[in-house]
Amino acid sequence: MTDTEHKKPKPKKLLFLNRRAPYGCSLPREALDAVLMASAFGQQVTLVFLDDGVFQLKKKQDPADIEMKNLSKTFAALEMYGVNEIYVEQASMQKRGLTLAQLLIPAQFIATQELSLMLEQQDQVLSF
Amino acid sequence: MILHTINRSPFGSSCLQSCLDVAAAGSAIILIEDAVYAALPNTQYTDQIAAALGKHKFYALDPDLKARGIHEATLDGIESVDYDGFVALCTEFSKVVSWY
Amino acid sequence: MIFSLTVYGAPFSNQCSDTAYQFASSLLKQGHSLHRVFFYHDGVYNGSVLATPPQDERNIQASWSQLAQQYDLDLVVCVAAGLRRGMLDETEADRYEQPAHNLASGFTLSGLGQMVEAAMVSDRMITFGA
Repeated sequence: MTDTEHKKPKPKKLLFLNRRAPYGCSLPREALDAVLMASAFGQQVTLVFLDDGVFQLKKKQDPADIEMKNLSKTFAALEMYGVNEIYVEQASMQKRGLTLAQLLIPAQFIATQELSLMLEQQDQVLSF
Repeated sequence: MILHTINRSPFGSSCLQSCLDVAAAGSAIILIEDAVYAALPNTQYTDQIAAALGKHKFYALDPDLKARGIHEATLDGIESVDYDGFVALCTEFSKVVSWY
Repeated sequence: MIFSLTVYGAPFSNQCSDTAYQFASSLLKQGHSLHRVFFYHDGVYNGSVLATPPQDERNIQASWSQLAQQYDLDLVVCVAAGLRRGMLDETEADRYEQPAHNLASGFTLSGLGQMVEAAMVSDRMITFGA
């Protein structure tokens, strides 16, 4: 092992658990800033949307009239940052009448039990 | 395994429900702040929590129970802990997930 | 064991700042190490030296500052979340030509990288949300 390899810490598995709807509360925006930072730090980032958090990914958001920044644009940047592990909990989507086709970025369904397993596999889970 | 913390009352928030849905068998749940109301006996959640006791260890933060006047009668099977106990639980489980 | 805490709620509005403070005191008393407390979202208000609660009430900011002094803690207020909400140190007040600054002693303004770094190096990262 070379010196450089030795000094470089192994990336951590960080899962961001998002449970809030956008605009009514600023946690979703602040969570997204943290996600981008974690990715810039080279960490292994997973993004999960649960409960009202799934509304963050709804297409056609236009907050111009409430004079807020559009969250959609930052979500579109996730791919550029190399964040590809994006999941929406299936039951949360169904309860809210949402389908994958209504989401603004490609996200995968995750079943509740799979999510249980995924949480256990992380180094840290950050809830927003 | 995970230690889940919940800080919202089950009567006004979906935190307890979401946590129970997602928490794997063997993970533990600690009720803090307003979530300690979930430790009350004879509520609409009593049966659900009693059933979940087979799957999870339940704890409640004693200073929060006491502050709310509900420390003397809590559901059987929910263990009261102080802050030192809360910290100790965080070391015993491999990570902590917060529901708020 | 190495802990880091994140605090998202405003003091005096929500209990989570008190819980985080009690938790921090307890872990330090038990000999664990506290790598960082990162104040984000409305948690940034924990660092305001201008909070003036009545004398018979706890002053959360003062408690944090004392704890920081006693244990040489790294209390970080997120600069982006803080500036939006009017949490400034002298440097930022000068930079943005604001008439005052209010960041209490023991706290520093820094970026989100500090939160990510805390998640990387700590055994336990614990969120105190509101």
